[in-house]
Amino acid sequence: MTKATAAIVGSGNIGTDLMYKLLRSQAIEPRWMIGIDEQSPGLKRAADHGLLTSADGVEALLAGDERPDLVFEATSASVHRANAPEYARLGIQTIDLTPAAIGPAVVPAVNLGDHLDAPNVSLITCGGQATIPVVHAVSQVTEVPYAEIVASVASPSAGPGTRANIDEFTRTTGRGIETIGGAARGKAIIILNPAEPPMLMQDTVFCAVPADVDRDAVTASVHETVARVAAYVPGYRLRTEPQFDGPTAVSGGLARVAVFIEVEGAGDFLPPYSGNLDIMTAAATEVGEGFARRITARRAAV
Amino acid sequence: MPTPYSSELDIRVTDSSLRDGSHAKQHQFTVDHVTSVVAALDDAGVPVIEVTHGDGLGGSSFNYGFSHTPEQELIKAAVKTARRAKIAFLMLPGLGLQDDIREAADNGAAVCRIATHCTEADISVQHFGLARELGLETVGFLMMSHSRPPEELARQARVMADAGCQCVYVVDSAGALVMEQTSDRVGALVAELGDDAQVGFHGHENLGLGVANSVLAVRAGARQIDGSTRRFGAGAGNTPVEGFAAVAEKLGIRTGIDVLKIIDAAEDVVRPVMDGECLLDRLSLTMGYAGVYSSFLKHAARQAATYQVSGAEILMEAGRRELVGGQEDQLIEIAVALAARDRSASTQNPAGK
Repeated sequence: MTKATAAIVGSGNIGTDLMYKLLRSQAIEPRWMIGIDEQSPGLKRAADHGLLTSADGVEALLAGDERPDLVFEATSASVHRANAPEYARLGIQTIDLTPAAIGPAVVPAVNLGDHLDAPNVSLITCGGQATIPVVHAVSQVTEVPYAEIVASVASPSAGPGTRANIDEFTRTTGRGIETIGGAARGKAIIILNPAEPPMLMQDTVFCAVPADVDRDAVTASVHETVARVAAYVPGYRLRTEPQFDGPTAVSGGLARVAVFIEVEGAGDFLPPYSGNLDIMTAAATEVGEGFARRITARRAAV
Repeated sequence: MPTPYSSELDIRVTDSSLRDGSHAKQHQFTVDHVTSVVAALDDAGVPVIEVTHGDGLGGSSFNYGFSHTPEQELIKAAVKTARRAKIAFLMLPGLGLQDDIREAADNGAAVCRIATHCTEADISVQHFGLARELGLETVGFLMMSHSRPPEELARQARVMADAGCQCVYVVDSAGALVMEQTSDRVGALVAELGDDAQVGFHGHENLGLGVANSVLAVRAGARQIDGSTRRFGAGAGNTPVEGFAAVAEKLGIRTGIDVLKIIDAAEDVVRPVMDGECLLDRLSLTMGYAGVYSSFLKHAARQAATYQVSGAEILMEAGRRELVGGQEDQLIEIAVALAARDRSASTQNPAGK
């Protein structure tokens, strides 16, 4: 079966890591890497791997005779806002790794099936990809009136975009916890830790649950979901069993379950500690493959 | 002494009992607590009083502890009560939001204090910009300042000052700085910032050096000093305002605080609000010794009780992992791991002991 073709727009660290994942894909052929700087090491690496490269932005790509089936946008929110209407006009399905949040938010383990034909999907944030599946796992078993996540990432893995607009991370992630995770109210906290050697990404998910919740059912649901995420993010795992606590004054009178996640990156290009970036490129690959299989199936049917 | 803070004050003191003390109180402050403490501190001439959840705006959470009373209500009560003192609030980017700053400003707070870990100043740029735009006075906190050398702190201080911060604090969150380690850091910031921003110092008592470190900070050029009346704060508590005011008077440093009045306020008003004294006990001394963020104290004690493990061991492991402020969640996972280790040790040696 032929593969769907893809362009990676943005030749930085994320785009480069994504390229290595797509080069292994059975469903996607990464054919283009688009940057804005001829000197970019990402463009050089892409060329070395046989991709067509351009440092002139997306115009030339979109004006060409042959256009990609898929675009992976790994630039910035503002660049993606400018590019997205063009992709949509040309019918190119787009996976957005920036915080632009134009299309519906997708977490592959939870709601990819709902958005396989969406012209543009957003991957929310790294913290969202890591924690929303867990909130969803708990909310499958019981009502979750409130969920809160704490994402700790190694300082060198937090890029200038995240740093310049850290409220965007907390707001976007908090919203995803509600809309996709299924919590009535969501809150996100991000911590940057400069320890050397750099720490792996660690995420803690607190969900308010009824005091008499079926703990075994919650634990089983969490395990099942973690396995589902680990199928496309191999370094995604529980650090310990879910921990349950009864209500106290400090817990606002709420009983809760706490789930501790660690994400070790695959080390495709980015260092393994930056699980926060790996989970984004891995989720993008998973979404892209879902899109690609639909595209190739449609083609075969014609 | 170099340029004083103003014509009346050589330095300006900010009391953090109603913010850092929130940790010791496990965030259970009420409007009555705030009203009584603000009235007493204001009457004693404390120029700035900080009121917020211990972890700053938006801190009310599973991870840090839920507030008894919403902090914005507490800020309103403080603003209403204070006659002379300015009301300050704390916020940590990554936890609090810019909207929280707007709300605090609308509620009448005048001083916006923005804290980051001491290597991560660039996440505060937007927030300083907003605070200045709103007409708030700005203070920046470089937390866990003991963990980095003076010149690195000075570079981070420059990032805050360029973003609109008017006074950058060396914040000894772990109470781990010893004497010249304080003055070297303050001196490096003074040299870097010159007239662009003032320098402050926020001390803790985990090695019993809050007052001494603060005096050294002043001598190295700090113009703002934090403390908490009756040490009401995280860990072994903060630099005691009443103790510092007394020492400052003897050294001829003008703080504007009436020493006898603040001594009375500490005993008669603040102490009754506290659940217990802030002590230099095993856990808090361990924090100063191991360089651990002071607000971990109550959390470590709680997890130690829940999982039947040693609180001091939890804190030593937190130090070994180089946890930064805000990573309270990790203490649970550390306690679970210690409990598992203890269990496997007792299985291997069932005879016990």
